[in-house]
Amino acid sequence: MLAFVLRRILLTIPVLLLISIMVFSLLHLIPGDPARVILGQDATPGALLALREQLGLTKPLWEQYFSWLFNVFRGNLGNSLQSGLPVALLIEQRLPVTVELAIGTILLAGLIAIPLGILAAVYRGRIADLAAVFSASIGLSIPPFWLGIMLLLLFTVRVHLFPSSGYVPIWQNVGQNLQSMVLPIVATGVREAAVLLRMMRASLVEVLDAEFVRTARAKGLHGWTIVVRHAVRNALIPVLTQSGLQIAGLLGGLVITETIFSLPGFGSLLVTSIFSRDYTIIQGSALVVALLVVGVNLITDICYGLIDPRIRFSRGA
Amino acid sequence: MRRRTLLIGVLLVFVFVVAAVFAPFLSSYAPDQVDLFHMLSGPSSVHWFGTDELGRDLYTRILFGARTSLEVSVTAVLIGAVSGVTLGLISGYVGGWLDEWVIMRAMDALQAFPFLIFALVLGAVLGGGIVNAEIAIGIGFIPGFVRIARAQVLVQVHSDYVNSAVTVGAHWSRILFRHILPNILAPVIVQISLGLAGGVVAEASLSYLGLGVQPPDPSWGSMLRTAQGYLIIAPWLAIFPGVALALAVLGFNYLGDGLSDALNPKT
Repeated sequence: MLAFVLRRILLTIPVLLLISIMVFSLLHLIPGDPARVILGQDATPGALLALREQLGLTKPLWEQYFSWLFNVFRGNLGNSLQSGLPVALLIEQRLPVTVELAIGTILLAGLIAIPLGILAAVYRGRIADLAAVFSASIGLSIPPFWLGIMLLLLFTVRVHLFPSSGYVPIWQNVGQNLQSMVLPIVATGVREAAVLLRMMRASLVEVLDAEFVRTARAKGLHGWTIVVRHAVRNALIPVLTQSGLQIAGLLGGLVITETIFSLPGFGSLLVTSIFSRDYTIIQGSALVVALLVVGVNLITDICYGLIDPRIRFSRGA
Repeated sequence: MRRRTLLIGVLLVFVFVVAAVFAPFLSSYAPDQVDLFHMLSGPSSVHWFGTDELGRDLYTRILFGARTSLEVSVTAVLIGAVSGVTLGLISGYVGGWLDEWVIMRAMDALQAFPFLIFALVLGAVLGGGIVNAEIAIGIGFIPGFVRIARAQVLVQVHSDYVNSAVTVGAHWSRILFRHILPNILAPVIVQISLGLAGGVVAEASLSYLGLGVQPPDPSWGSMLRTAQGYLIIAPWLAIFPGVALALAVLGFNYLGDGLSDALNPKT
């Protein structure tokens, strides 16, 4: 087990190194002079020089990289080119909104997908299964941002049930917070539920064909007793651990959802910084996202290996 | 059921492709034809899907938007498939440190960035526009194709035909591209279909955020972005492009699922 964990951690190191190189390179991918692109064509030579020095562009490339990396290790992601505020602080202020949205999305997806997936697997080939599979296909096909717009149309324009924008922190007012988060959570949760439903159904179908289930039937156990007491528990393991690997897709979807519903989250910070050409925030945000995904994937891999010994001894991709 | 799924997928994709390719012949309006006397008109016999804030025919713009979506998604998938399959073939065949420590770790690093965020950031750096959107989305597709190709190669590399080719002294490139590649095309084709669905959504997402296709060129994403400002007075601006987008994605998803079932010898 220790060897498995160490190997997983070891394999993460070159990934982190490559991520740092990719994120650092962002500024240098900008066609032409990054300083002129940021400040515009009317920038004075003095302003250009000051910005180049601020961004460290006057130093040799290797020195820029190691200086940037050293600052990252110290938690310093630079300062916003627009506001001058520390990027780490801006991200820290915005992250709780995104985390709340992510947790709400996963919870909603699980509440919808797991029962429906169980029904679909148990009644395989019948109406319940066909309806669930069809619903999952529709859920996968509807872009979350269009669903968000439709929800706005139905529940804020036609029927004034929910606010169209704005966010109230949960510690200020739980009711208003929930009101402001329901539509965004549904908009992103539908697609995640569709993904989870397919996984749950496939996993449970496989388990229901397993020998231990046939043994339980042979022993005279009732159908739903087998499903609930034996099958679901085994089917849930790969689903729950695999759903941790969905985080990358989830984070991508949250960016647009926050933009549609004007939520002051991490995603909308990234979008705003893209349009204001605040490349230090873009860099910092890209790094934080990548580190989050790598961290969650590593934890998921290790948990999966802990739960399923076959994983520890297979050659990983 | 499976055959029905494939048929529905083929039908939807066919409609999408026909709409994209023959857009100029399927409408009597130009996509940028402004009519200030009929701004924000509802659906009618003259304008089937209504008009937008500049009086442009929405049905026409949806047809031409399909063209944009098709162009971007096909180009992006080509970039992803050609690069990804080549890398996956090499990675799976060569193995060793090149496979485990270089190529697969590079793919892990690439996949650490959520697809849309990667496309956004790259688009922000390279600038908006259709070409940069194609590059950004295409690079995001590479890891998926690498993994699929590599997984298939790891199975095929122990086959008798590969051993025979090695025995007669065939060059590794010949073995990879003349012998192994044709035998791994089935899952790659499925991935291409699912990639096209992803490409359509990615293009719409980038355009919605203002980083993909630039106005006045029509794009479903930018139409939805504009529609959000007119939800109260012109809801059709959001409904029709969104339905078109959802049907296109559904078609490619069904096509991919159907092909996966049809090409998988186990089912």
